[in-house]
Amino acid sequence: MTSFSILEDGRHHEVDAAIAGDAIRITPDSLQAALGWEVKPEGLCRAEVCVPTAGHASWSDADGIDLQAFAQLLGLPLAIDAEERTACLGRSAVEHAGVLASGEAPDFTLPDLNGVPHTLSDYRGKKVLLIAYASW
Amino acid sequence: MWQELYQELGERGFVPIAVALDQCADDARPYIEKAAATHPSLIDTEHVVAHRYGMINVPTVVWIDEEGRIVRPNTAEYGTDTFLQFHGRESGPFLDAIRSWVTTGEIRRDETVPSDMVPPTPDEELARAEWTLAWHLHQADRTEAAARHFDRAAELSPDDWTIRRGSMPIRGQNPMGPEFFDLFREWESRGKATYASLAAARLKRS
Repeated sequence: MTSFSILEDGRHHEVDAAIAGDAIRITPDSLQAALGWEVKPEGLCRAEVCVPTAGHASWSDADGIDLQAFAQLLGLPLAIDAEERTACLGRSAVEHAGVLASGEAPDFTLPDLNGVPHTLSDYRGKKVLLIAYASW
Repeated sequence: MWQELYQELGERGFVPIAVALDQCADDARPYIEKAAATHPSLIDTEHVVAHRYGMINVPTVVWIDEEGRIVRPNTAEYGTDTFLQFHGRESGPFLDAIRSWVTTGEIRRDETVPSDMVPPTPDEELARAEWTLAWHLHQADRTEAAARHFDRAAELSPDDWTIRRGSMPIRGQNPMGPEFFDLFREWESRGKATYASLAAARLKRS
């Protein structure tokens, strides 16, 4: 068992993992603690949602939950660097497309030059011109 | 630029929020200080806004109304005509469109402005995950590993300039040099993807 980092939605989680080549198996306890997903008879569950796991034979064994199979089950993109013991769980394109189609402007909080955080939703009641630019 | 517009329209409930997709505050600082901006000027080192809004280039401009709804989706718009000869998009009509929005509520669009946000593809989302992984590895001084993931992100989303050009200063490459022109020719050869062209391709109505 070794410590493995999972980056997800701006958060950095440490889980316990067994790494064999490119295969990363995470203990169910540390996965649940980090990402909230729990292994139940119905499948992989979090809050009100359960994803059926029947038919995905190798996704979980004595060593733990296979990280790639976990991502596939949830329909999430996964960028892995096994050697660096870090992975980034991305966003479902379908879910993201749904959010953008709803017309709601995604919220965010970012710092200004003085490190003071500003949140988009604090500007409700204003007409906001959001401009992304760069020095490149 | 935006500061002037803010001074002109701020009392009518208008606020520009400028977000720099730069690797550190110091890279964005000269622009913010030169503008003497009193509107929010934020630093987005991890490209959070670019990812959440499905942005693929800079500048990208979005209009958000008082209820937090996107009323004019991602488009390349400019506040000045400094580089007009290169990109051909005049700032005057755009600034007038903003004035009209603020004073009358009109949402002025042309054929370069999609009616909806472009839905992302699975490869684009994976590219963003590769980018975030690369960025974190870079921050941990795992430079070679970071480079592999920046490369992978670029392969997955070749039309995303926030990845391809945005990674260049991080990797010690010059984003203004010959490599930029190579990227540009490559973009042209792939069909010159823009928000409008991607929206047309992906939001086909039957």
